[in-house]
Amino acid sequence: MAVIGGSTAGRKARWTFVDLLIVAYALIPVLWTVSLSFKTAASQTDRNFFPSEWTWQNYKDIFATNEFVRALVNSIGIALISTVIAVVLGMMAAYAIARLDFPGKRALVGVSLLIAMFPQVSLVSPLFEMERQLGLFDTWPGLILPYITFALPLAIYTLSAFFREIPWELEKAAKMDGATPAQAFRRVIAPLAAPGVFTTAILVFIFCWNDFLFAISLTSTERSRTVPAALSFFTGASQFEAPTGSISAAAVVITIPIIVFVLFFQRRIVAGLTSGAVKG
Amino acid sequence: MAEIVLDKVSKRYPDGALAVSEADITIADGEFIILVGPSGCGKSTMLNMIAGLEDISAGELRIDGERVNEKAPKDRDIAMVFQSYALYPHMSVRENMAFPLRLAKVDDATVRRKVDEAARILDLTQHLDRKPANLSGGQRQRVAMGRAIVRNPKAFLMDEPLSNLDAKLRVQMRTSVSKLQKQLATTTVYVTHDQTEAMTLGDRVVVLRSGKVQQIGSPQFLYDNPANLFVAGFIGSPSMNFLPGTLGEGELMTALGPVTLSDRVRRLVEAAGAPREVIAGIRPEHFEDVALMDADHAARSGSTFTATVDVLESMGSDKYAYFTVEGETAASAELDELAADSGTADTGATPGSQLVTRLSVTSHAREGEPLDVWFDADKVQVFDPSTGRNLTYAG
Repeated sequence: MAVIGGSTAGRKARWTFVDLLIVAYALIPVLWTVSLSFKTAASQTDRNFFPSEWTWQNYKDIFATNEFVRALVNSIGIALISTVIAVVLGMMAAYAIARLDFPGKRALVGVSLLIAMFPQVSLVSPLFEMERQLGLFDTWPGLILPYITFALPLAIYTLSAFFREIPWELEKAAKMDGATPAQAFRRVIAPLAAPGVFTTAILVFIFCWNDFLFAISLTSTERSRTVPAALSFFTGASQFEAPTGSISAAAVVITIPIIVFVLFFQRRIVAGLTSGAVKG
Repeated sequence: MAEIVLDKVSKRYPDGALAVSEADITIADGEFIILVGPSGCGKSTMLNMIAGLEDISAGELRIDGERVNEKAPKDRDIAMVFQSYALYPHMSVRENMAFPLRLAKVDDATVRRKVDEAARILDLTQHLDRKPANLSGGQRQRVAMGRAIVRNPKAFLMDEPLSNLDAKLRVQMRTSVSKLQKQLATTTVYVTHDQTEAMTLGDRVVVLRSGKVQQIGSPQFLYDNPANLFVAGFIGSPSMNFLPGTLGEGELMTALGPVTLSDRVRRLVEAAGAPREVIAGIRPEHFEDVALMDADHAARSGSTFTATVDVLESMGSDKYAYFTVEGETAASAELDELAADSGTADTGATPGSQLVTRLSVTSHAREGEPLDVWFDADKVQVFDPSTGRNLTYAG
């Protein structure tokens, strides 16, 4: 026992070290950005990890410009609308895939997988041409539509995995207890699928929120430009000054909704919610 | 409370497979009936058709004289207990049991009263606020029962409700299910593949084989008078011994030597027009150690053979002695199916070649030593190998 105990302690220490290394590797660039966002313009290049002089000036600057605020509104609006539509459509498709046997089911799953694997960059030029012809270029729907297209496979996959986890017999039991199909879905299936829906919503939201490729290619003005694209248009106070501080501040600001989103929904993503439904 | 009638009910799946074929069963009001058979015999399909979870392809299902083929499960007023319990994991025990009442728009006070009442009967009162995940297997099983009894349905359907419990708990729950059913006197259809449950629980047992009803009757009647080889082999543990035999003048020739049939058996066999080649079936308890018997009585009422004891199992109350029988083994499609179901086909043991006998505990039988064994000639059952029919059926 002593030998095993000793090796466990050693292993724990090794794993802790490895974990810390990975966390540091992932977090240092983020912290660096945060640090840059608090540095004054003059001290941007002083090679210190921590700002020698703390300032909110960069944040004040970006919120003072219409450029960033407008982009933030676009980002939130476009990402939320795309998420809601993709999750609702994905739920219906995933429920059908998990529960029903219909002709062409394998083909449907295959095609959606194909969309997920399709290189998006190859679609940018045709989409650009199409949206210009259709008048969708530089509009919210012009971004929402491609986002839904590429988020749907993700939504369908995640959700169908969750629906498959829900025991079929629960629906039968609800039927026997006197529920209509709608009641069974609303009172039994939907509460159990909730963690899956929230997980999917978070993934889809992050995908739409972070996208740069479509945002830069399918927009031209502040009307529909999202934050990742707007960042690339930032300019310094003068032409001799790089806009490093304001870009960092903007980057920090747009990370906050994601963190809030995840923290808010995390409590609802309780793994193993269905445990105890079946068997002993 | 209701009478359930299955009138030539059949189930054919879209792929053409016939799961249930023209089942005719009348279940009396308040009766506890067991559907039993090996896996794939159509017993669960039959239960699902009564529940309304599967469509009926042909025939008519009547509850209290009313045709319900087209009725949705919720309109049949039947409760079901699932093999997996199917408890709603996001609801507490109280909410689980109240769910059917809430759907029926029963007022809060009544819901409370009924749930408390059911919880008291099932000894769940102190667990009412827990979630299913925090309950033991036996408790979950009781919650599933509670959800069924709480709204006083016309009938209970139970789909192998005890098969997920461990052996000891299963025996306990078996008695409580039986008591509960007597107490509530609600018509109950209970599906199981376990012949012990079938024997102990039901007022009547329906034996099914590949979608066809083989025999319906009280457990004891089925045990004493199986209609065919399949029922004979399925009911009883350890199961009946089967040996090929040849009928002669009032005599049956088997690997155990010639047996003079009793007058009762001879009359039945003659009346049934038996073929020459038959299969003889003898239950383990109809054997006895000759040394323990009055020699005169033994010679008059049965037949004696000598064989070497392969294995001896002492159960405390009885001794089981196993012998190997030389010669051919009894062969029929029904026996092959039974062997496949019980798994003996996989163990390499040839079915029928082994003879199981139950001897008195005072027997001096020893493994590896020869023993004189007697068996009761009046209890020998004779089957037609081609049809499986019991030629000595006295029903």
